[in-house]
Amino acid sequence: MKAEQQYMDLFSQYEDVIRHYSSEVLNAPRTQALADLERLGFPTAGSEDYQYTDISQLLAPNYGLNLKRLIIPVNPYDVFRCDVPNLNTALYFVVNDSFYDQVQPKVTLPEGVYAGGLKEFSEKYPSVAATYYGKAATSGRDGIIALNTLLAQDGFVLYVPEGVVLDRPIQLVNIFRSDVDTMTNRRILIIMEPRSEAKLLVCDHSIDDVKFLATEVVEIFAGEGAFFDYYDLEESTESTTRISSLHVKQAASSNVLINGITLNNGLTRNNYYIDLEGEHAEATLCGMSVLDREQHLDIYSYVTHAVPACTSTELFKNVLNDRSTGAFSGRILVKQDAQKTAAYQTNRNLLATHEARMYSKPQLEIYADDVKCSHGMTTGQLDETALFYMQSRGIPKEEARMMLSVAFTADVLSYVRLDGLKERLQILVEKRFRGELAQCAGCQVCR
Amino acid sequence: MLEIKNLHASVNGKEILKGINLSVRAEEVHAIMGPNGSGKSTLSSVLVGNPAFEVTEGEILFEGKNLLELSPEDRSREGLFLSFQYPVEIPGVSMVNFMRAALNEHRKYKGLPAVSATDFLKLMREKRAIVELDNKLASRSVNEGFSGGEKKRNEIFQMAMLEPKLAILDETDSGLDIDALRIVANGVNQLRTPENAAIVITHYQRLLDYIKPNVVYVLYKGRIVKTAGPELALELEEKGYDWIREEMGE
Repeated sequence: MKAEQQYMDLFSQYEDVIRHYSSEVLNAPRTQALADLERLGFPTAGSEDYQYTDISQLLAPNYGLNLKRLIIPVNPYDVFRCDVPNLNTALYFVVNDSFYDQVQPKVTLPEGVYAGGLKEFSEKYPSVAATYYGKAATSGRDGIIALNTLLAQDGFVLYVPEGVVLDRPIQLVNIFRSDVDTMTNRRILIIMEPRSEAKLLVCDHSIDDVKFLATEVVEIFAGEGAFFDYYDLEESTESTTRISSLHVKQAASSNVLINGITLNNGLTRNNYYIDLEGEHAEATLCGMSVLDREQHLDIYSYVTHAVPACTSTELFKNVLNDRSTGAFSGRILVKQDAQKTAAYQTNRNLLATHEARMYSKPQLEIYADDVKCSHGMTTGQLDETALFYMQSRGIPKEEARMMLSVAFTADVLSYVRLDGLKERLQILVEKRFRGELAQCAGCQVCR
Repeated sequence: MLEIKNLHASVNGKEILKGINLSVRAEEVHAIMGPNGSGKSTLSSVLVGNPAFEVTEGEILFEGKNLLELSPEDRSREGLFLSFQYPVEIPGVSMVNFMRAALNEHRKYKGLPAVSATDFLKLMREKRAIVELDNKLASRSVNEGFSGGEKKRNEIFQMAMLEPKLAILDETDSGLDIDALRIVANGVNQLRTPENAAIVITHYQRLLDYIKPNVVYVLYKGRIVKTAGPELALELEEKGYDWIREEMGE
């Protein structure tokens, strides 16, 4: 039996339950998603965009799903203490794939801003939700999106009305909590109306050591002149599999920053699709990872310049230890009309052992003739002359290696446009390299 | 302080040093001169434990300890310092973090607590002044984008911070204009005490005008072929190395 069959069967059997515990807006695209999943199937291992991650195999085991939306017995406020200094966030939780609405943060957001559960939002404001939901991540694009669209029942939404600027960053903590192996399918929907501004920090944490299989679809709509930062920090466990698909649609003069940081994981596939659809839009897509043991991270990006005069900057850096593996496949498509495009892509990787493996594939596809595009990829070891120089000043070799590794990833963190978060991330990365980190210091979620 | 006995060393299987004997006592300055390829930089590399060089014979005692058994970091913490001929750029590691890590490792080795942030910055300021190093450079990544002269001044600055017993200056004068040379040499002289010593490797007499050596050696084809007082440097400046080759019967 093909891996997708069990999900189609599951849907047929529990369609009523799935629909009952979700909303009209989320239910609307399910029939199409089912047809798309049947037609597309899951990406097969070795197919061009999934060369190094066998999605079908990952999805083959039979995990439990919480389709009836039973309340998970956990109070995230009890277990989560995020002590990012100087970072006073409005904090929200998603437990597995349900928005946690038992306790709401004691913050007042500007009028008209909505931060909260996707199901509830789409029931309260169905026309707004329906305008955006599933419009960036179309289920016909690939089997993963189809699967998530078929099964997702809830998630998180951030809606910022025209001209509203959020001074305070929003933080969303995704907590994986379960006593049995569990599959979750969550959605994040970000609607930034024209000239609005917001920053969202998303943290993934697994509390339990059972297996988690998480699919995630994130859709970000940046209206004209909107500014949006999305920081995605994964600190899960070795038994967590995460398949994420992030889609951005940018209108004219919008500015979106996506920064994906993988500090701890099991197996992660992060897909990024960025569509620059209005002139002078600017996208920055960056990320870093520290991988060791058998950890695996596969990054795929597809940046489309559809109109003239947009800028995209892409920077991914990975440090691989032990027997970890990484893959990067980055495509930039510059359409014929997209003159005056500036598109830059860089992928640099550091291999700390002979066993670690990195596969990197930059791709530029350019149909316009007046553009500035570049890509660069390097994979190598730490600079031995620098190591020796540091040792000769009395710094032990291991410490020198750590300092050089931290330095290697420093420019990815320099893209963080939130000072408190930047400092915090620098500390976390350093701790990660020292082996002192399985979790945020002060965060009790994953102790 | 330093005792080198019959030192043989090779790189990639090729023997470069062929029996060096050298003895340095506290308060002394020894100058090593010699034509290109004679083994001067190999000697300094071997002293600080560069893993690219292999010692095949002989021994080195530093303050009575067998230097060859110590890791490069321990050699530094024991009080050995090399001012690199080509200082290394380390993008992403700030001078402040680099120096604080180094200083605290030295302190830990001596059983002292880590230096406080304010004391450290005060120390940085004081020592920077010795080589007139700009504050802006101190906040940048190690040697990144520094000019040749700034890199050399930065070496002496690090030396001032770590207060070594024995400093090896490997062509610290090369690539310096006359003002930078004076600054660097003044820095070195300010750091001299009756307890420390220096080995100065150079091609030119001009550095030795500022840093007065007690002994001058000529290193040639991996051996010390001439040992004399400061007047030897002047003679070399005037006559080059050909007369030495002739004396050697070449």
